[in-house]
Amino acid sequence: MAAAVGASSGGLKKILLLERLPRLGGILNQCIHVGFGLKYFKEEMTGTEYAARYKKKIYKRNIEVRTSCFVHRITPQKEVTFVCADGEFTVSAKKIVMATGCRERTREMLTVPGTRPAGIFTAGLVQEMINIHGVMPGKSVAIIGSGNIGMIMARRMTLEGATVHAVLEIMDHLSGLIRNKVQCLDDFGIRLYLEHELLEIMGKDRVEAVRYRNNQTGEEKLLSCDTVLFSVGLIPEQDLLIEAGIKPGNGIYLVGNADYVHDLVDRVTKEAEKLGKSMG
Amino acid sequence: MVDFLIIGGGIVGVSVAYELAKYQLVIVLLEKEAELSFGVSKSNSGIIHTGFQDDPRSLKARFAVRGNRLYRQMAKVLDFPFIPTGELVVAFPGERESLEFIKENGEKLGIPGLEIKDRKWLEKHEPNLSREIEYALLGPTGAVINPYEVIYAMAENATSNGVQIHCDNEVISIEETSDYWKIRTWESEYRSRYVINAAGLSADKISLMAGMEVPRIRPWKGEEFILDRHADRLTRRIIFPVPRRNTKGVLVIPTVDGNTMIGPTAEEIEDREDLTTSKTGKQRVLKHIQRLVPSIREDQVIASFAGLRPTIEEDDFYIREEKDRFVNIVGIKSPGLTAAPAIAEYVVKMLIEKIKFLPRKDYIATRKAIPCFRQLSSEERNEIIKNDPEYGEVICRCELVTKREIKEAIRRGARTLDGIKFRTRSQMGRCHGAFCTMKIMAIIAEELDIPYEQITKRGKGSELVKGYGS
Repeated sequence: MAAAVGASSGGLKKILLLERLPRLGGILNQCIHVGFGLKYFKEEMTGTEYAARYKKKIYKRNIEVRTSCFVHRITPQKEVTFVCADGEFTVSAKKIVMATGCRERTREMLTVPGTRPAGIFTAGLVQEMINIHGVMPGKSVAIIGSGNIGMIMARRMTLEGATVHAVLEIMDHLSGLIRNKVQCLDDFGIRLYLEHELLEIMGKDRVEAVRYRNNQTGEEKLLSCDTVLFSVGLIPEQDLLIEAGIKPGNGIYLVGNADYVHDLVDRVTKEAEKLGKSMG
Repeated sequence: MVDFLIIGGGIVGVSVAYELAKYQLVIVLLEKEAELSFGVSKSNSGIIHTGFQDDPRSLKARFAVRGNRLYRQMAKVLDFPFIPTGELVVAFPGERESLEFIKENGEKLGIPGLEIKDRKWLEKHEPNLSREIEYALLGPTGAVINPYEVIYAMAENATSNGVQIHCDNEVISIEETSDYWKIRTWESEYRSRYVINAAGLSADKISLMAGMEVPRIRPWKGEEFILDRHADRLTRRIIFPVPRRNTKGVLVIPTVDGNTMIGPTAEEIEDREDLTTSKTGKQRVLKHIQRLVPSIREDQVIASFAGLRPTIEEDDFYIREEKDRFVNIVGIKSPGLTAAPAIAEYVVKMLIEKIKFLPRKDYIATRKAIPCFRQLSSEERNEIIKNDPEYGEVICRCELVTKREIKEAIRRGARTLDGIKFRTRSQMGRCHGAFCTMKIMAIIAEELDIPYEQITKRGKGSELVKGYGS
């Protein structure tokens, strides 16, 4: 959205904004916690509010918005192909901005030994389950990795009545923001174990326990739980470029988390607006 | 009263159902898991073997060679992918003699096209193979399929010819009467003139219920690892080392989906439900594989799984009509997937000699796959979306799977997230379901009219939701 607004204010006339979901805002829409907007709007708000507030800027400008449109191919000649309920279309562009965000690293990427029962989720999926669909994925939770979404979901699940036993972090330091540790873990008495490694997931049909090791002492422990939540890093979503063998440049841009993972949406917004403007 | 009751909805049971469905019979197939293929079959490597690695006197070799031919025909009429990759058994210094021996075996079995290739040929056709490999035996009839896709294809055809399939239906007792068998499950009771025991890992238990002792099944675990598609095709053919006793070794398998799979391990275990993967398993597979293809790296592994082979002491399949009208099919491990259609053909022929089956007059020979949006051309995509706008709603972004395909999978019998995954490839991509799981659950809830708490990953006990938020 911010790249489109920037491009419009920079003087570009024909701007098409393609979004795969039915509404604009992306992952912001499932971020119902506060902490957004302090820098950009000088006001603290939720992610959902931030997206809604920003959306108004889009509709004030001459930007063509198409939601529920899934872009699945781009070419070095800057053709963009997308699928929607009306068919498959290809449009040619002078410039393409990839604001595709990022995806979460998963259990499979870590190749954690053990079984493959139900009850293993990424933090972002759990966020969608609880905040968008109102369903609880589990009651007794172990969180692997101290990423921001993991800590935010530790608090969220606690508020929804689950017991979050611990956050296990393999490194000797927190991977997310200190602010989130204080507000999401410390305030709710949730333990953070640094230098603790997940060794195995157990349970036949549904998660029953995890086995982990304190890498300082070598001590191994079992933790009973019905849910394992992974918050072990984000990967910028650049697959459309990789598949087409395209490197950014020559009118193809990566912006926001699709470029590199940011901590604050306010900063992403400013970077994207700046990029948009420079294209005008 | 039914004519045939088949116990087991894996590749063997479903092959028998498909074969029997050609006749005027009342047939019921029972599967204890939530869906077909969820037992031994779903973790199969998907190789359609040439048949040359087994003793030419064995049922295994005979049925593998025949099965290989049957798959070629079935792939056309049942519309499932069959990729004729060919296979290579590779020989390091001092192993050439083994290749000659295998080739001779294969020729006795009538396997076409066997040739020993030299280093020069390998360099040109399989440049990623280790330079230390001196020779390789080429079996051009080797191929790959997706085991669950084949099972669903055969089952859909069988269903269209009147076979009743009941999943989530575990047999708990079998009773013999003078002219029929009485089979009880947790759900209901059946009377059947014939029983086919194709219960995979539980085939010995099922046979005992009916009062017959068969060889005890010992599970052999195999762990397999899938490499990222960005890693390209590392080999064009399936690569085998020279086989050792009881195992065909650790292989490089180019899969139907375009990924490379490496494995399996072979380890005898006690627990018939142990599907854990391990660090040691992965290290062992990598060690063996890097000997064949040195460029394979650990960080290319994107997924892993384990399967169990129903192994018996005797090194062959055990197929017998033990008591009147009760057929045991036991110990169907590698090359069981390849052999299954031939096993079914053999069992039906064996029975047909005793009783007359009349061919079904309105037999439907074909089955059509769910149109796969990903594989369509742009014109075809526009056409299909025009007729059905739900083909324009992409649900799984990594594999480009649309809402219509997911609904169609449910209409054809998918009840679980894994069932939908196996039928559509959704959740199999890079995000491993992080983006689409909830969207698929919403479709299941709507289509089956069930609450979220009843949706499972792969059957009872594997529910994904434990209630609603406060």
